[in-house]
Amino acid sequence: MTTAIDGTDWPELVTTALLGTDRRPLPGAADTDPATDPATALLDRAALHTVGRRAGLLPGRAAPATPPAPEDPRPALPESASQRLAMLLPAPGSSSGAGSLANVNELLPQYLAAANTHGYRAPAPLVPPLLDAARARSELRGDAVELAGPLGRWLAERNPDWRYVLRTPVRGDGGGQDEEQRLWQEGLFAERVTYLTRYRRRDPAGARELLVGSWSTERAEDRLLFLDALQENLSAADEPFLESALSDRSKNVRLTAAELLSTLPGSALAGRMAERARAAVALTTAGGGARLTVHPPTACDAAMQRDGIPATSPTGRSARAFWLGEIVAATPLGTWCEGFGTPAEVLALPVSEEWAQDLHDAWARAAVRQNDTAWARALLAGIGPGAGTAAKLLAVLPPDERARWTADFLSGSQGLGDVFQLLVACPAPWPPTLAEAVLRALTRVAAGGGYPWSHSGVLGVAERALPPETADRLDALAADADSAWAEMFTRLAATLRLRATMLSELNP
Amino acid sequence: MSDPPSTVVAMEDRWTPEHVLSLAPDAPSRKAAGKLSAPAPWSAEGSVSAAARTAVWGECKGSGSTPYRTVVDLSGPAFQCSCPSRKFPCKHALALLLRWSQGAAEQVGDPSEVPDWAEGWLAARQLKSERQQQEREAQPEPDDNARAAAERRLSRRAARVAAGASELEARLADRIRSGLADAPGQGYAGWGDVAARMVDAQAPGLASRARELGAVPGSGSGWPARLLEEYGLLHLLATGYRQVDLLPAPLAATVRSRVGFTVDAAELLRGPLLRDRWLVLGSRDSADDRLITRRIWLRGSSSGRDALLLAFGRPGTAPDLALPTGLLLDAELAFHPGVRPLRAALGTRYAAPETPEPTGAAPEGLDLTAALDAYGRALGDDPWLESWPVVLRRVIPAPTAIGWELADPATEQSLPVDRRSVPDSGLWRLLAASGGRPLTLFGECGHRGFTPVTAWYQDGGTVRPLTVAQFGGRP
Repeated sequence: MTTAIDGTDWPELVTTALLGTDRRPLPGAADTDPATDPATALLDRAALHTVGRRAGLLPGRAAPATPPAPEDPRPALPESASQRLAMLLPAPGSSSGAGSLANVNELLPQYLAAANTHGYRAPAPLVPPLLDAARARSELRGDAVELAGPLGRWLAERNPDWRYVLRTPVRGDGGGQDEEQRLWQEGLFAERVTYLTRYRRRDPAGARELLVGSWSTERAEDRLLFLDALQENLSAADEPFLESALSDRSKNVRLTAAELLSTLPGSALAGRMAERARAAVALTTAGGGARLTVHPPTACDAAMQRDGIPATSPTGRSARAFWLGEIVAATPLGTWCEGFGTPAEVLALPVSEEWAQDLHDAWARAAVRQNDTAWARALLAGIGPGAGTAAKLLAVLPPDERARWTADFLSGSQGLGDVFQLLVACPAPWPPTLAEAVLRALTRVAAGGGYPWSHSGVLGVAERALPPETADRLDALAADADSAWAEMFTRLAATLRLRATMLSELNP
Repeated sequence: MSDPPSTVVAMEDRWTPEHVLSLAPDAPSRKAAGKLSAPAPWSAEGSVSAAARTAVWGECKGSGSTPYRTVVDLSGPAFQCSCPSRKFPCKHALALLLRWSQGAAEQVGDPSEVPDWAEGWLAARQLKSERQQQEREAQPEPDDNARAAAERRLSRRAARVAAGASELEARLADRIRSGLADAPGQGYAGWGDVAARMVDAQAPGLASRARELGAVPGSGSGWPARLLEEYGLLHLLATGYRQVDLLPAPLAATVRSRVGFTVDAAELLRGPLLRDRWLVLGSRDSADDRLITRRIWLRGSSSGRDALLLAFGRPGTAPDLALPTGLLLDAELAFHPGVRPLRAALGTRYAAPETPEPTGAAPEGLDLTAALDAYGRALGDDPWLESWPVVLRRVIPAPTAIGWELADPATEQSLPVDRRSVPDSGLWRLLAASGGRPLTLFGECGHRGFTPVTAWYQDGGTVRPLTVAQFGGRP
């Protein structure tokens, strides 16, 4: 057993072993005792070589070093909040982090938003599962990337699965002028829209100038969505650009420009619409009381078309009714109050039967578009229509008023079917009156024999928005309910308690 | 050995949540414990930290009308809960410890204030452990008849194993004569039969090595060299066993244990024993369809000795030994005999695991050359060692084009990461903890690379332990 362990010996041994000692003599066999079986001798030498090789291993050369992650100056999460985050994130390989105890999926978005409000950084070992979670749930990305901070971006440069991190703009984090320029010039379409939206929020004029700069080279479908991004912080300063967009090659771009202009009460377009509206709807006092007489236009002329009114009705309504709706929806609501009275008084005026519904619908659209609280309030006071319109009008009201209105609506309604969108429009957490109304409504449907899963929408909002103090009430409800509802109430209570704990841990 | 404990835990020493979570038997348990650690379900919590008792207890409201009663004896740690879970420790015990680690479960002044339901179990446990200790010490030497019978049994088995080893030697040589080139076509079947014959020959160690030979040809490029290495080592083991009676006692013990002879832990614990304050370096679970194996690595703070404890559980039941990573355990170990003793049985524990001083500091480590050297020297004693436990100092984990490596920024040298026992998610967490800066890393250093187990990384001003991959290991 004195064979030298040298680099050439081993490949020879392997080749011999592959072919078999019956076919190929053992290399250096002359050194070994001829009485020894060559196969056994080969195995002896293989063992010796193996142990020698393993015992003599040396480190290799390291790959060129890359710079470390930038330091994150933000404070670390409190210890308990850090544990909470570990619990909320899905474990690697598991399909979901949800258990029967509480709905964890609903809590994660709230956790991330709250942690960012406090300005914490995520614990380093939790950044990978955090980035994985946000990769699977794109609605988490903004907050996840912010909480992950510079370490998240550093990791994303090293793992293609997390590339989205580099494309996700973060609040309060400019990323440098160069980075912004690059994003606008080279980014994917969705990134550019996100970028423009955020820029618009920060600097309305700057964002418009940026868009004007590349406007003529953008594709039609892109122009449409970029234009949409101007909706936020819209002002009279945008009018010249929007007015020029009324002559755009794309019809949809023209329509969007017109809609935006119509929300600017002082715009030339709004003035033209008001003129058309006054021609179509007149206050008359003939024969006793005051009433509104409606004469919709009988044709859609070129000027109307340029102002965004389609020549043919895309809906089932007649063309005249459709044109009336488009004109009134784009007319500044103030037009009606001049001489007609308060919104409530205007709404109370009798209208010729044929056009009454069209007119009221158009006013509702105008109230939403123009964000007019007085009109929204007046319209809601007399509402009996589908909750879809109500939810849109509700969004125009101040938060506490939304909650009050919805609570009243709930007390007067039988089921829960119509209220989902209304509840979504209400501020979270719900004030006591609204929480109480929702609990009563849930009790009613539970007692009425409905199934909890047919109300999953409402229950989902309730998980996010019911105040934690209602958890005890839910436990009491669970005690009286049948099994499916009892389970649901218990789970809802657990979620509320967990949410309260979670938020208090973030605010030690 | 029945002397009163020399160290008295006077000062209260609460573990960190990381320590607590390192006890979790699986990922769902960690999650469930996190959820349960909210204040709402808990009542009647308390803890005691005195020489005779170090324990935490509490009542946790579950779905039933009576709450679960949970007690943790920190000196084990050992766990008791009235819930029906077969997990060990159960989520209630973990949640209770999490709460305690964050300041809940106020300390009582005197052991007499421990509630009866908790004290009942704690006292029974203490009594049992004392009785076992006495039995170990008082066990009479077996009489001549019994010893003769045992020796006859042993020699019958030795003869059977020797026959198996000879047969294995012959099989290996046959294959070398006819050549390994057609090994891929033969697949597992041939070696599966051989493994079955080794099981019949009562040589389970030879059986599992033989079974593994069947997998090598399918393991990608370079398989002939790897296969020949394994042939050589198995040949060495089989021939070694044939001459086992001629070998020096420690080497003979190593060969016997590699072949598959086991040693009775109770027998080992009769002595000799090594008492030390053992640092828990880390643990990893691996599972196949029959067994969960937990490896827990320790290092003696005075002796400097490395030790490996093994615990087993059936699928769905975690192994019944759990020690918190990063803490010091004052205990006696009995090493399995061998030329390079590593595996040990855990004997008397003298106190609850304590936080090392300075608080949570990372253990001392080696550079990469010294780490490979430590493995090489161990290999000189026991040629069948796949790896040796090592703490690396100041390494930076990095993904590269050809796999993960651990780089030493001072020497610009690196070791490859052996990824077979570490899921990718664990490596990314390790990279995040490092952030491209050096950290201390405990793991197994072997000829296939380094398998990370526990990292100590800088977080703000403190050093924290990170379990790289507690679950998801290969058997």
